[in-house]
Amino acid sequence: MTQTTADSPARRQRAQIKERTLRTDQWWRYPLITFIIFTAFLVYATWAIFDTSYFVSPYHAPFASPCLATSCPPESRLFGFAPFGDWYTLPPGLLILGLPAGFRFTCYYYRKAYYRGFWLSPPACGVNEPHSKYTGESRFPLILQNVHRYFFYAAIVVGLVLAIDAVKALIGNPTGLGTWILIVNAVLINLYTLSCHSCRHITAGRLNHFSKHPVRYKAWGFVSKLNAKHQELALISMFSVMGADLYVRLVAKGIINFPFA
Amino acid sequence: MSYKAKFRVWRGEGGEGKLEDFTVEVNEGEVVLDIIHRLQATQAPDLAVRWNCKAGKCGSCSMEINGRPKLGCMTRMSTFTEDETITVTPMRTFPVIKDLVTDVSFNYQKAREIPSFTPPSDVKPGEYRMQQIDVERSQEFRKCIECFMCNNVCHVIRDHEENKPGFAGPRFLMRIAELDMHPYDVADRKDSAQEEHGLGYCNITKCCTEVCPEHIKITDNALIPMKERVVDRKYDPLVWLGNKIFKRSSSKS
Amino acid sequence: MEIERHEYDVVVIGAGGAGLRAAIEARQQGKRTAIVCKSLFGKAHTVMAEGGAAAAMGNVNSADNWMVHFRDTMRGGKFLNNWRMAELHAKEAPDRVWELEAWGALFDRTKDGKISQRNFGGHEYPRLAHVGDRTGLELIRTLQQRVVALQQEDEKLHGDAEAYIKVFQECTVTRLLKDGDAISGAFGYWRENGKLILFDAPAVVLATGGIGKSYVVTSNSWEYTGDGHALALLAGAKLINMEFIQFHPTGMVWPPSVRGILVTESVRGDGGVLKNSDGKRFMFDYIPEVFKDKYATTEEEGDRWYTDQANNRRPPELLPRDEVARAINSEVKAGRGSPQGGVYLDVSSRLPATEIVRRLPSMHHQFKELADVDITKEPMQVGPTCHYIMGGVEVDADTGAADVPGLFAAGEVSGGMHGSNRLGGNSLSDLLVFGRRAGAGAASYVDGLAARPKISPDSVDAAKAEALAPLERAGENPYEVHHELQRTMNELVGIIRKAEEVTEALEAVGKLKERARGVGAVGSRIYNPGWHLSLDLRNMLLVSECVAKAALLRQESRGGHTRDDFPGMSSEWRRKLLRCGLSPDGSSVTVEEKVQPSMREDLIKLFDRDELKKYITEDELADFDALVKE
Repeated sequence: MTQTTADSPARRQRAQIKERTLRTDQWWRYPLITFIIFTAFLVYATWAIFDTSYFVSPYHAPFASPCLATSCPPESRLFGFAPFGDWYTLPPGLLILGLPAGFRFTCYYYRKAYYRGFWLSPPACGVNEPHSKYTGESRFPLILQNVHRYFFYAAIVVGLVLAIDAVKALIGNPTGLGTWILIVNAVLINLYTLSCHSCRHITAGRLNHFSKHPVRYKAWGFVSKLNAKHQELALISMFSVMGADLYVRLVAKGIINFPFA
Repeated sequence: MSYKAKFRVWRGEGGEGKLEDFTVEVNEGEVVLDIIHRLQATQAPDLAVRWNCKAGKCGSCSMEINGRPKLGCMTRMSTFTEDETITVTPMRTFPVIKDLVTDVSFNYQKAREIPSFTPPSDVKPGEYRMQQIDVERSQEFRKCIECFMCNNVCHVIRDHEENKPGFAGPRFLMRIAELDMHPYDVADRKDSAQEEHGLGYCNITKCCTEVCPEHIKITDNALIPMKERVVDRKYDPLVWLGNKIFKRSSSKS
Repeated sequence: MEIERHEYDVVVIGAGGAGLRAAIEARQQGKRTAIVCKSLFGKAHTVMAEGGAAAAMGNVNSADNWMVHFRDTMRGGKFLNNWRMAELHAKEAPDRVWELEAWGALFDRTKDGKISQRNFGGHEYPRLAHVGDRTGLELIRTLQQRVVALQQEDEKLHGDAEAYIKVFQECTVTRLLKDGDAISGAFGYWRENGKLILFDAPAVVLATGGIGKSYVVTSNSWEYTGDGHALALLAGAKLINMEFIQFHPTGMVWPPSVRGILVTESVRGDGGVLKNSDGKRFMFDYIPEVFKDKYATTEEEGDRWYTDQANNRRPPELLPRDEVARAINSEVKAGRGSPQGGVYLDVSSRLPATEIVRRLPSMHHQFKELADVDITKEPMQVGPTCHYIMGGVEVDADTGAADVPGLFAAGEVSGGMHGSNRLGGNSLSDLLVFGRRAGAGAASYVDGLAARPKISPDSVDAAKAEALAPLERAGENPYEVHHELQRTMNELVGIIRKAEEVTEALEAVGKLKERARGVGAVGSRIYNPGWHLSLDLRNMLLVSECVAKAALLRQESRGGHTRDDFPGMSSEWRRKLLRCGLSPDGSSVTVEEKVQPSMREDLIKLFDRDELKKYITEDELADFDALVKE
């Protein structure tokens, strides 16, 4: 084989070390915390889908926005638009939740996190994974992760809808705490969306001559800065969207009812 | 100032071996490689370790210290407590020659499988004109000192020997990205990155970035952008549709 | 035991810049080429070069050309340089740098997209092509990748990537073999398993670098044990200028484990200043007579130079390396040094932090990681470190050929090009220019051979016995002999030399030679560092003897050779080269004087009379006047 060094039969074998890892730090913390946070998020999201108190004027719970069915309160519909008629009886959140969920599921940060935290592939650097075979994203089903870009396009639309919701809330109740929660959430969601690796690629990453596209290069520089914080934005926006959603529902249920709610 | 540290060093030849215990003097300002050298000079003259520049620039003294891939010359003893036992082993992904020295020929093999820089045939030396902003991305990847710790830590081959033939490892996938982003490279590298060099095996768990002593953002700046470039080529539905139609029509004719 | 045997046209020993460039050239000329190196492929010491490669491309200042570069080089070497080499170097360096770019190197760029060039000590114009402060890495990687590209070509053509160029890594050559006068091959061993290996080849190119490991404080790695110097001597070639050793003025001094590691000159080129413990910028006190009109005399003027180089003289921090090293040495000796025995190099008060990180990324990294010092916030402590040997194998300028037919040398192991002192940045370009020439020289030598020289079994047996001897002895620990040699050379044949001390060193080296014959290595032949060191000792001792003997003979101070007892530079000595050879019985080194040939007329005319008269004798000056009148 190869760039020469001498051949000898003894050199084919790795160092035989039984320990799965010799790391002495708390390497299991990252996968464990990831597992707990993501599981909590999934549990909450499942509950939120079936919870019906997703609208209280002028607040719209982000998990159920936009509302596209006629079962939605008229005021909650995006520009009064309701393409799904009476025949649709399932929770309206189901119609749209696939898009942001898909965006996050195929996001490069989330992939790293759940491959480590859920699939233990690997649990941490330098720690053996428990699987005997590995093909990664080279074949079905994980090769589908490559659709991330299209979820990104959808995520832009979702981000816009959340921004519109925030503006509607601002018009309806400029001094409400909920309004400002929705605004902060919309900003964070949009920052997370813009910090996406696919976004970075589309902006100018695919080019080989930045100098010929100064405007795109500038945009790339901006996105790259956000991209460096992609993990942080992914987590913060996940908490903000969960928090905002829960807040709206609690207001809608009347559990939160102080004057500037 | 100086104290006695407890070391466990893997010693053996051709894979067979064990961790041996040593107690060795440590002085202020020393790094792990200094301690290995002290062992060599005082207790184990035939202890094998590969090293060269001792300044983190050549990437020779890659080893695993307390289970983490590190350069011996860049791991300060002050990062450990005095009562801590420090375990030093060879890189686990490559066959071991002796003690801390591994056979890294896998990497040289892979280097040779990546097609070289391919400039357009009509540009002569001295005529190259490139803007700084156009070379910066590839320059980051060229900071690589080839310590091969990224390839060592990558679970694709660390935990799965059978993946070695089809996977170039972060180091050489980054090399592909470097060339693909080079303003003058005309070779097409996207299909081969995915089909031959195993870009798809990467599940972006970022261990390569974590261990890189040059702090190159291998995953964010090389591997993911390369994956996106492959998506442009292979998984864009419009392109895919075009290819399908083209293939169908050509098979008809 | 059977010895592995290979047949090649050209064997290149060393895989640094010079070795790889030579091998690439030999292969491009159709020769079957082997590269033999002690480390892994791509780890050679060239990676440590930071500043850049000097080439008069004129990209930043269009007034630059090969003549200015030639003048700077001669001036830096105090006119002791082999002028033909300096000329070839200055003329060909730009092409060699451009060629790298066509092989994939990515240098930093100017605004109009050309290769950017930076200022460096001793260079009149910004001249160093660079990549941040990791130019050496870029160079070695580019050449490495060029070798791989050639192998890929061969794979396509012949189905065997290693048909025409093959790397034997982690393999040490211990003897050159000869058939009569001419080289017939090389003998060595694999470091990883101790097996012996024999190369049958009519041409050998030495590109083994320097000798720094004979000193305690050095920027050089373990590989720098003077192998090529010693192999050449043992094969009957001559070494010149061995007394000239460059001590880089700024090596790290703390912590002890990194003592000697280089702090690039770019720190000073980009605004860093040297201060003593009183906070004084002391370099203004050390501008020598010959440089008086070229350097700023006030801090204000020096500072203006960084932004306006046309109307100001450069600060004295950018004097040639030997001057700066001596200045630091005197400050420390006068008790104005830093706590750990260096002086302060401060860039933190001169540039904004972000700018420091951008311009000097690997220095920032190096201090942060190795010394826990943030150079954007506090000054570095630096002191002189053994860095480069100007001396080496005496070669023909055009072909790199040594006295022995079939033996070639390039890079640090060759001598002459840099005279008594090398300018920063001239090393990387030297590697490229003379690496290529030595490769081409070897190729055409092979073409001109009527018959291949043969390897005699006796010489192989002798080489084998020599190589295995330390394993068969239970003798002294080689590390102790090595440490003592390093201490001896550092203390007695260091920056400042005296007759008595050098004499003492010679006696000590004599005794160490005796002890080295008795060292033993325990353990097996598999990757046994003790055994390797035992073999390297022979080389270090031979080379140290050359250095000390030549240093004792040269009764003047010039460039990398400073005699406390002969502080002045002598025009008479400028005409003389000291040439080391092996004594007839092979046990020690002899040194003879050789007259330096006069500079070609068109070249000497490039200088001003006023400048020449500082260096050359009255007679030579009269000749020059006659020449100018014609």
